[in-house]
Amino acid sequence: MLQERIPDLSKFVEPDRVRRELYTDAEIFELEMQRIHETVWIYCGHLSQIPKAGDYYTVQIGRQPMVMVRKSDGGVSVLYNRCPHRGNMICGDMKGNTGEAFRCSYHAWTFHHDGKLKNIPMMESGYQGTRFTRDNPDCNMKAAARVEVYRGFVFASLAKDGPTLKEFLREAIVAFDDMCDRAPDGEVEVVPNCFRVIQHSNWKLFMENQIDALHPSVTHQSTGRAAHEVEKEIASKTKTGEAPLSYHMLSAFATVTIDKWDSFQTINYPYGHCILTGYMGLRPQDPDTLAYDKIMIEKHGKKRFEEIVGVNIHHVLVYPGLSVQSPLQQLRAVRPLGVDRTLTEIWHFRLKGAPEAIYRRSLAYYNLVNSPATLINADDLENFWKCHQGLASDGGDWVSFARHFGRDIEKNGVVESGPDMGTSEAPMRNQMKAWVQYMKG
Amino acid sequence: MANLETQHAVEQFLYRQAELLDSKQWKEWVDLFTDDGIYWMPPERSYTTWDGTPAIFAEDKNLMNVRMGRVLHPDAWSQRPLWGTNHVVSNVVLKNVSGSGDVEVTSRFHMMELRRDDVRHFAGSYLHKLKKTSDGYRIQLQRVDMTNAQAAYDYVLQVWV
Repeated sequence: MLQERIPDLSKFVEPDRVRRELYTDAEIFELEMQRIHETVWIYCGHLSQIPKAGDYYTVQIGRQPMVMVRKSDGGVSVLYNRCPHRGNMICGDMKGNTGEAFRCSYHAWTFHHDGKLKNIPMMESGYQGTRFTRDNPDCNMKAAARVEVYRGFVFASLAKDGPTLKEFLREAIVAFDDMCDRAPDGEVEVVPNCFRVIQHSNWKLFMENQIDALHPSVTHQSTGRAAHEVEKEIASKTKTGEAPLSYHMLSAFATVTIDKWDSFQTINYPYGHCILTGYMGLRPQDPDTLAYDKIMIEKHGKKRFEEIVGVNIHHVLVYPGLSVQSPLQQLRAVRPLGVDRTLTEIWHFRLKGAPEAIYRRSLAYYNLVNSPATLINADDLENFWKCHQGLASDGGDWVSFARHFGRDIEKNGVVESGPDMGTSEAPMRNQMKAWVQYMKG
Repeated sequence: MANLETQHAVEQFLYRQAELLDSKQWKEWVDLFTDDGIYWMPPERSYTTWDGTPAIFAEDKNLMNVRMGRVLHPDAWSQRPLWGTNHVVSNVVLKNVSGSGDVEVTSRFHMMELRRDDVRHFAGSYLHKLKKTSDGYRIQLQRVDMTNAQAAYDYVLQVWV
């Protein structure tokens, strides 16, 4: 039993380092699923994934198989994907349309989109006098305790009590505002393709890596260098002397130096969220961007437009399972499969009302960086596997987060990396602070 | 009998392409494409164009050169471990042969990959649009529809399938 082996988990987290068992111990993982993932607000999907009544998408929250479904009244339900009769999974496909009702493939029990029982075959003859009556909630598909939607992004919490979605997201809500505000029509729609990639490591390594500003120039040097060579060659052959922006997206992984990364900043919030400021906020001056700027100014006026495109964000992390690059409309949701296996679901979005050329930027990043043939993440996944192998060994007990430790600037629970310390491990320290709080239960 | 000769020549071309991948002769592999050639692996069979849609691969020669440069770089960490593939190409069917000898051909492939001690299998169909040149065939478009394109990827694809 975990309690007997490790009576006080908080001793495993020190301000600048944590014990390796956090990444490798199966019982700690089980407790994390219960106290973190099956408690907090978890991203389920976007409303545009399920535009019509009956459209559904399955999603894993912690260890729980759930299904997100569009109701006839336009609302959304998130239900346990389980028949209350014999426990059969209701939706065997990842996505689809269930029509007017869910129907169990085992004994044909049917359920409304909100999970309430519609009908049991032989209801009168077979169940008279039993506990199974139409008004018994045990006859329903169980619903997630709480569901909230923010600007089309659907979240569910499996805990009755806790902060509201907005209280939970705090400043990290900018991920969704920034993405939607950049759309001339003020909203985004999902591009209906999900890339799914499995890494052989604990889920926390993914969350730590996403805002580790030191790693790109080391881990991704090979692709950055190769892209830079091709970028230079293309540029030398064009009239403008520039290669398409997509090459810069790749070469930046090597050409943005550590000094430059240090000039960015991480801002870290309670619940473990983090904002990394940085280069994607820069505004190119090519004709496509200028055409987009014109549409936005016509729609919002110059002042509001400047506010919108002036938001300086590279990356927003919503702990424990969401990574958003709002300027490029990329979203990755983390689904832990086991202590040493983690699935990421990768989506991108279209800015409604924006020219096609602006979408193509988002698409280029999606295809080059986030597809299963990624030129970038191949080396991250290699590192994750290696980390897991090392952490599972007895070669050492601790994982260090000491980079720029002691130089963080803390105000009212918000922790900023120090000046010119964008590569600080402040985000990891902050995630672990939240982790300890959650694990107390 | 001209068709038999074409069939034979196209088959030999497809086998050679697979051999170049399995023997990691990346430059020779990229050289099989025309200057405007595209290597395309859509996420699903229903896709009709590589242009402006999500793709597992949608690479022109410039992007192929980035990928080649990456895997040949000494610090391509993911390339370090024992890593190899074995392609089998079959079911070669000529769909169209133009007057100038350009060919549209479909085939099926099965690729076994070994990385460290892990074996993976990828399989599906190829569609090649081949241009006939004085120096043999060149690929204008290679479409790769993997049967497991939509399945979760346990690790990723580092090079072309």
